[in-house]
Amino acid sequence: MPNGLNLLFQFLDSFAFIVLAAAGLAIIFGIMGVINLAHGEFIMVGAYATTLANLEAGLPLPLAMLVGVLVTAMFGLVVERVVISGTVPNAIGRRVLGRDVVEPLYDRLADSMVATWGLSLVMVQGVRLTLGNSLDQIGTPLGKIAYGGFSYSSYRVLLAGVALGLLAATYLAFTRTDYGMRARATVQDDDTARALGVDTERTYMTTFALGSALAGFTGALYAPTITMVPGLGGSFLVEAFVAVVVGGPGVVLGTTLAGGLLGAINALFSNLVGTFFGRIALLVTAIVMLRFLPDGITGFLDRLRQRRQEGA
Amino acid sequence: MATETETTSGPGPVDGGPDGPVASLRTYVEGPNTVGQSRPFWAGFVVAVLALAAYPAIVGGYQASRFSLFMVYAFLGLSLSLVWGYAGILSFGQVVFFGVAGYTFGVVAVNFATPAGITAAFFAGIVGGALMAAVLGYFMFYGGVRDVYVTIITLVSTLVLHTFMAQTAGDEWTVGKAALGGFNGMPTIPNLAFGVEGAAVRFGSVSFYYLVLVLLVGTYLGLRALVNSDYGRVMVAVREDEDRTRMFGYDVERVKLVVFTVGGALAGLSGVLYAAWGNYVSPQVFELAFASLPVIWASVGGRKTLLGAAAATIGIEFFRNSLGGEWALVAVGVLLLVFVLGLPGGIVPWVHDRYLGFRTDAGGPAPPESAENPEVTDS
Repeated sequence: MPNGLNLLFQFLDSFAFIVLAAAGLAIIFGIMGVINLAHGEFIMVGAYATTLANLEAGLPLPLAMLVGVLVTAMFGLVVERVVISGTVPNAIGRRVLGRDVVEPLYDRLADSMVATWGLSLVMVQGVRLTLGNSLDQIGTPLGKIAYGGFSYSSYRVLLAGVALGLLAATYLAFTRTDYGMRARATVQDDDTARALGVDTERTYMTTFALGSALAGFTGALYAPTITMVPGLGGSFLVEAFVAVVVGGPGVVLGTTLAGGLLGAINALFSNLVGTFFGRIALLVTAIVMLRFLPDGITGFLDRLRQRRQEGA
Repeated sequence: MATETETTSGPGPVDGGPDGPVASLRTYVEGPNTVGQSRPFWAGFVVAVLALAAYPAIVGGYQASRFSLFMVYAFLGLSLSLVWGYAGILSFGQVVFFGVAGYTFGVVAVNFATPAGITAAFFAGIVGGALMAAVLGYFMFYGGVRDVYVTIITLVSTLVLHTFMAQTAGDEWTVGKAALGGFNGMPTIPNLAFGVEGAAVRFGSVSFYYLVLVLLVGTYLGLRALVNSDYGRVMVAVREDEDRTRMFGYDVERVKLVVFTVGGALAGLSGVLYAAWGNYVSPQVFELAFASLPVIWASVGGRKTLLGAAAATIGIEFFRNSLGGEWALVAVGVLLLVFVLGLPGGIVPWVHDRYLGFRTDAGGPAPPESAENPEVTDS
């Protein structure tokens, strides 16, 4: 029985980790067609801002987390304007050279990967140079749950609940708000959306800021549980990336299903063989899934639905 | 070789038609798929190679040995230029083949530390890299995996190998006499040697430098011949439009598999030389930071030119190594951002276009209008 509970907790833990890591990346990928390889570093910004606000500025933890989210969202906004949309360099280019110097990275998957990879190198090394190789860590709040000789951090169990709440909130944001409607219209057909008066440029900007805010939120949530090093984003990036790819184009459903599947596999193999193999199993699953379902789980579900409609 | 980029921008006389044995050789390595067909280019090329050959005599053995690592990396840069720039397959996994070849060479060479054994290890490493690429490529291309999903699978493969090799610290991970060594890697890999006991050539620091230089020049010219052959044209057709190429009756999957395998062998060659250079290989070669380097080299130099990839590899690594330490990564990241945003084609094609523009202004024969079809008038 304790082993069953262990497995359950491990599953909840990996599920929460994957969903929280992936949410921001999935939104940016699904709506803008940009693969943000600096996503892990955005999480790092959130975690660092939270830790600094808590330990240096003395803010209480929830408030420090809010600071983490806001700082990352602002940072994301700047990155979108300077790198992704190229608005700032183009404005400078027009003034100095009389022409645009860069093209937006929207829907240029490979180029966006390369550019954001460069950004991530700069961010990791920049933080290392300015803030040193590590920071003090906030203690994990909320104590532990004890059961039959084992114990588990309650904070980490809470994170699973937060992950579910986040998915629900994202679903509502995309189905019930004005912004969500504009965003979905932009994904479907940005020319038509523009013709109907949607400011797609602004939608992209908001989307990137929202995705960054989610990354910051993830960083803020995990700040008390992980070691504060500049390269901490790396571990998030891999899981997030794999989950987005396995999930496919449907942001909320894809992330949920991918988180469930990959979380289960990771927990099972970690429990049976060891942590290394949990990770290897997760990665191999992703490769096999991509090979057989290149559009991810939600792409596959869409195809099934279409086929059924044609049959009826 | 970094100096070659400048030689293409200088003014020079217009070429005559092919005559003599050198000129007839040139027809094999010239064509629309590479930059640099003019006589000044080849003059510059020879000067650059001679300069590289004189380099150890000028700076001494230690600097030459350091420089040979950058040339070793150039094979890796060339392999990505081939698969990405010419066949349109963006692979983050060239380091997979690099690392597998390095480890294969290490395991075989440690177990059979005789010249014959090391010669066998050299080829085993390259075959290992090629085989790995063939398996992965078959799995992807014949499974209908395309575009960015290929990139993602190769990226994830790198991570799988990194995770896997990092946990091989225990005694059960010992192949014969060679311990894989987990995160600490495999030390004590012997130097490269060719031949059999009694009649062997061993490569120390300076002789290793010359071996790498000869291999690099040979590989560069060989690849030029490949991409300018009919097969090279099919590769470029696959890059430009897969469906249309299939319509014309070409087996697109097979072309991609072959190119990917050749790329794997090249990356494998690089990995073998790397392991022999440092007498060491570790899971670091599968790290994301290292996996991204070939993409950086090819993007900055210009992935659609072999020259750009090779020159940028040597240039960037020289720069990174000389700058050293903490600011090097920041500089590399900024470089990457600037080039992807401002100059998506890379340096060498840009210089080349300027050169063609300059020649047109100077009253030379007007080249065709675009970079799509550069320098066909030269031959």
